[in-house]
Amino acid sequence: MGFRSTCSSRGTPPVPDATGLELTAQELRDADSESILGTVFHRGRAVLLVNPASVRSVIGRLHAKGYAFLASLHGCDYHPEEPRLGVLYELLDMTNVDRITVKARVHIDAARIESVVDLFPGANFPEREVYDMFGVVFDGHPDMRRILMPEDYEGHPQRRDFPTGGEPVLFTYNEENSYGKWQ
Amino acid sequence: MAVSGDPTTPVVKAEDYRKREESITISSEPVGETHELLTLNIGPHHPATHGVLRLITTLEGEIVRDIVPIIGYVHTGIEKTAESKSYWKVIPVIERMDYLSYYFNAMAYCGAVETLLDLEIPPRAQYLRVIHLELNRIMSHLVWLGTSALDLGAISMFWYCFRERETILDLFEMSSGQRMHTRYIQVGGVFEDIPRGFEAKLRQFIKLMPTRADQYADLLEKNEIVLQRLRGTCPLDKETLLQLGVTGPLLRAAGNPWDLRKAAPYSSYDHFEFRIPVGTVGDNYDRYRVRHAEIYESVKIIEQALDGLPEGPHITTDRKVALPPRHELATSMEALIHHFKLVTEGFRVPPGEAYYPIEGPRGELGCFVRSDGSAKPARVHMRDPSFVNLQATAPMVKDSYIADLIATLAMVDPVLGGIDR
Repeated sequence: MGFRSTCSSRGTPPVPDATGLELTAQELRDADSESILGTVFHRGRAVLLVNPASVRSVIGRLHAKGYAFLASLHGCDYHPEEPRLGVLYELLDMTNVDRITVKARVHIDAARIESVVDLFPGANFPEREVYDMFGVVFDGHPDMRRILMPEDYEGHPQRRDFPTGGEPVLFTYNEENSYGKWQ
Repeated sequence: MAVSGDPTTPVVKAEDYRKREESITISSEPVGETHELLTLNIGPHHPATHGVLRLITTLEGEIVRDIVPIIGYVHTGIEKTAESKSYWKVIPVIERMDYLSYYFNAMAYCGAVETLLDLEIPPRAQYLRVIHLELNRIMSHLVWLGTSALDLGAISMFWYCFRERETILDLFEMSSGQRMHTRYIQVGGVFEDIPRGFEAKLRQFIKLMPTRADQYADLLEKNEIVLQRLRGTCPLDKETLLQLGVTGPLLRAAGNPWDLRKAAPYSSYDHFEFRIPVGTVGDNYDRYRVRHAEIYESVKIIEQALDGLPEGPHITTDRKVALPPRHELATSMEALIHHFKLVTEGFRVPPGEAYYPIEGPRGELGCFVRSDGSAKPARVHMRDPSFVNLQATAPMVKDSYIADLIATLAMVDPVLGGIDR
């Protein structure tokens, strides 16, 4: 008896194939010629490289097109490539079971991007995490603070040039000698 | 407060503590003149918060007007640690994120790496993965059910649930040698084939589990106190839940049957027949019923996977990724070289990015892996369902009693290891 499966071990291939991705990109370019910088189709994953200035409008258009669920929002440091920081939005169309990734790359000294919290209220915590870990500031976020690291922490630890180790463990007796700003 | 009289102890004044928390804003609605708002801190060390979750609650009498979750108390930087380990050594640390769904964490991570490697997994390994994933789902739901009932004052439920959990942990110990954080799922398959005696013990368990679940239902669903505390409390509609990114049993309790095992099957989930339990109104009772019903469905999946377990290798035969069998090392120079390369350097993964979502016990668990072509991942990110679902707690409990806040928190089932990572 042969082993049959309609899906591969790696899951069902997503619906936008390479052609579908190009069509979507073209549609977005027609609306705003500056918005799409490129497309990547790799291992069944469709990625739109988006101009950071138009992230919010592109996601708004994709939202209207049916990608109404923000599955994940995360950051990535492409050190030593430039622009270094990346913010990735994994969008999901639950009706057609179809995923598309929006990726925006920003320079480390101008790490600002528009928030999508008004479109997806669930982006609140993930955007705070990206700010905490990579230092990307989301304009228009209602509560742009650190979320996982201590609030008086200095630096953004998920950046690739941030060293690991060498930090004293804080207890009550030595907390006043710490990196903290409070005295 | 510092102990007075000891000159070496620095005197810490009360306002210092306030200063450290000055950026925590406590938003609240203006209320009538006669009422006064009380800010109450719950946690981080509180048994009802299921870990080290801290909630700053704004109360008006007994009514919750606002809650602000403060997280990060068990942030251990696992995502950063993963960047300095070779791909196969990341699995143990990844498993420790959400400590109740370790098979799922390993599955999401290995799935992402396998996508980057373009690796096909042998059928037997896929089935063994499914068996262990579903056992893990039952185990996670049992811990949730036991501790949630404990929060509602039903202490005996805790012992019954942990009794069945113990059997599952024994099964994990049989197949992998560990009870928790088993490192069973590997890149390319699973660590070892199931040992002799495992199948008999597992069949005994899946025969018993549905009757045990019936008994839980008898204990809880005929209990007036439990019903009054769960029925109609803190509902949230599916549109709001979707906007907040909530997935898993919480979304299904509100009536949306979204389940990645059905919607986008992975690891041969399309071979099995099972149903998706959905609720109707999305209150705490529905949240309890959906998870309870999922236990039966998981048992069905395990039974089918065990009946149809295909023959063949339990891990990929690609020696560039998986270790060669031990006996080959004595006779084959090639196997020895592969073994040495894998143990010292690990395998290299072609550059690229992958996002691999699976249906965890709490919702969509997605792992993002970026490879730069070296033997260590350049970025590992876990989209943990607890982290996203926690945002829904505040809209759920707004304008309800503080006792319902505790019940709702139990029904949201946050695992702080997954939230803080």
